[in-house]
Amino acid sequence: MNTPSSSVPESAPDPQGRAPSAMSATRPMYWSVRRELWENPSIYIAPLAVAAVMLFGFTISAIAAPHGVSCWFGPDATHPHGEFQIPYDMAAFLIFLTAFFVGIFYCLDALYGERRDRSILFWKSLPVSDLTTVLSKAAIPLVVLPLIAFAIIAITWLSVFLLTTLVLLGKGGNIVALWAGVPLIKLLLALLYALTAMALWYAPIYGWLLLVSGWARRATFLWATLPFFGIGIIEKIAFNTSSHFGALLKYRLRGWFTEAFVHHVHGSPPAPDPLTQLTPGNFLSSPGLWIGLAFAAVFLAAAVRLRRDRGPI
Amino acid sequence: MACIEAHGLRKAFGPTIALDGVDLRVEEGRILGLIGPNGAGKTTALNAILGLTSYQGELKVLGRDPWTDRHQLMCHVSFISDVAVLPRWIRVSRALDYVAGVHPRFDRAKAEGFLAKTDIPRARKVRELSKGMVTQLHLALIMAMDAKLLVLDEPTLGLDILYRKQFYDSLLHDYFDGSRTIVVTTHQVEEVQHVLTDLMFINRGRIVLNCSMEEFESRYVEVMVYPARIAAARVLKPIHEREVFGRSILLFDQVDRQQLAAMGDVRTPSIADLFVAVMGNQAGQAKGAAQ
Repeated sequence: MNTPSSSVPESAPDPQGRAPSAMSATRPMYWSVRRELWENPSIYIAPLAVAAVMLFGFTISAIAAPHGVSCWFGPDATHPHGEFQIPYDMAAFLIFLTAFFVGIFYCLDALYGERRDRSILFWKSLPVSDLTTVLSKAAIPLVVLPLIAFAIIAITWLSVFLLTTLVLLGKGGNIVALWAGVPLIKLLLALLYALTAMALWYAPIYGWLLLVSGWARRATFLWATLPFFGIGIIEKIAFNTSSHFGALLKYRLRGWFTEAFVHHVHGSPPAPDPLTQLTPGNFLSSPGLWIGLAFAAVFLAAAVRLRRDRGPI
Repeated sequence: MACIEAHGLRKAFGPTIALDGVDLRVEEGRILGLIGPNGAGKTTALNAILGLTSYQGELKVLGRDPWTDRHQLMCHVSFISDVAVLPRWIRVSRALDYVAGVHPRFDRAKAEGFLAKTDIPRARKVRELSKGMVTQLHLALIMAMDAKLLVLDEPTLGLDILYRKQFYDSLLHDYFDGSRTIVVTTHQVEEVQHVLTDLMFINRGRIVLNCSMEEFESRYVEVMVYPARIAAARVLKPIHEREVFGRSILLFDQVDRQQLAAMGDVRTPSIADLFVAVMGNQAGQAKGAAQ
């Protein structure tokens, strides 16, 4: 059936010497991801804003109550390995959380917005496949957001570190203890690991949201969340238990952390070397990771299929 | 080779049949007008050609199956849909960047050239442009693509007369080079009458008329009949009859011009007049069949 087609488009000599095959396959992908960033500047503005607020607060507290900083590393420091991590942990936690929510709302709109504003007709008039489009949208929460979060957290940490150094310089605190006590490089490696683990673990969530956004004609948020409430209610009515499905959801939300890191006994001081807390072997061998990735692949494949069918709404 | 070739093209949305066994063949280098009332199946036919909707039957566009090969096909096919579909958030300069980034046959300099003739500021977002400007921008993008087939679905809907005139002028002078193929649907048939090389009427999912414009001009004759000759004229079986200012205007299909000239003032009908005649007869037949 393809005998006529093989003689036509791609093998036809191009008068301008730019055969379609000359364009690398990654170019549409690269431009599609850039396009997503143009459309959704919140992908980088939201974590930047959180980091800015965080840094502002830290600066105020360092200036207004410098003893807080200096008591960790001052001449009479009592906890050289304790509280100094608080601003680092807090910055990372808040930016992780921001990236997670930005990812969720991005995905809910990604394949819905283009149908609602009819621009899907424009995107489909260009030689970009549905696969490339869906993958470029999935790449935002899975690749772009983690990288942006990494860069912003790294900059925040460096700023906190430099600010602490400046305060200690003014107060005559123990800079050596600070520089020895904050293992920045190791913290950054641990951060990269955590972001990777989180992205892989949450892949089915983002995949599901993309699928719903490509399918629903309205109220994407409700369509994305109501089925889970429904399953919970059915479980309650049918088996009079309410914990199994809820535990499953909780595991999906928190599992990346419990599987990828050493558990802490509450109240015990954190280990001095953050890299000793990573358990990549345990993470990679947890079925939850692979089952989740399989679900993500199915959801994304279905979203690609759906996008071919769907027109404006 | 035919640019578009379809056999028994069918498409149903539930109980509604949008395309009811359409056969069509559009050769390279033609400008085809696809004319039909609302809901006749025009847009469905175009969507099938563009790979935007699935269908039954056989369809090849530039030798490819549009439903499975849409993105490869779009290297050689460009289209403008019936409404402004450029994303409202995009900046003019970025729209150019993006299309240049993903389209292997897009000539950015050419698009810049078209835009230079307009007042569209490069830094503006699409939402900040007037409706006419958005169309000009879209047209600049489309015309800078070296495509073999251009599909226009109601391209001038909602535009003022000035823009509409410019639209077709620039399409003919700056874009059409005799080797490209253009398919256009519109309700403003009088605008395209002198642009088209081929004419197709579609009604209730079927093609009811398919001819070249030369054929159209030789086949159909409209006569403003002298009142005294009206009975003689009716014997020749006009396909349509209407009255304007008390004079009967009869439309004939394949009747000798010499013979008709003796009965009144002879002229070539407008596409709109023929459309009304053909659609009116269709409706009449349907009514007759129902009775």
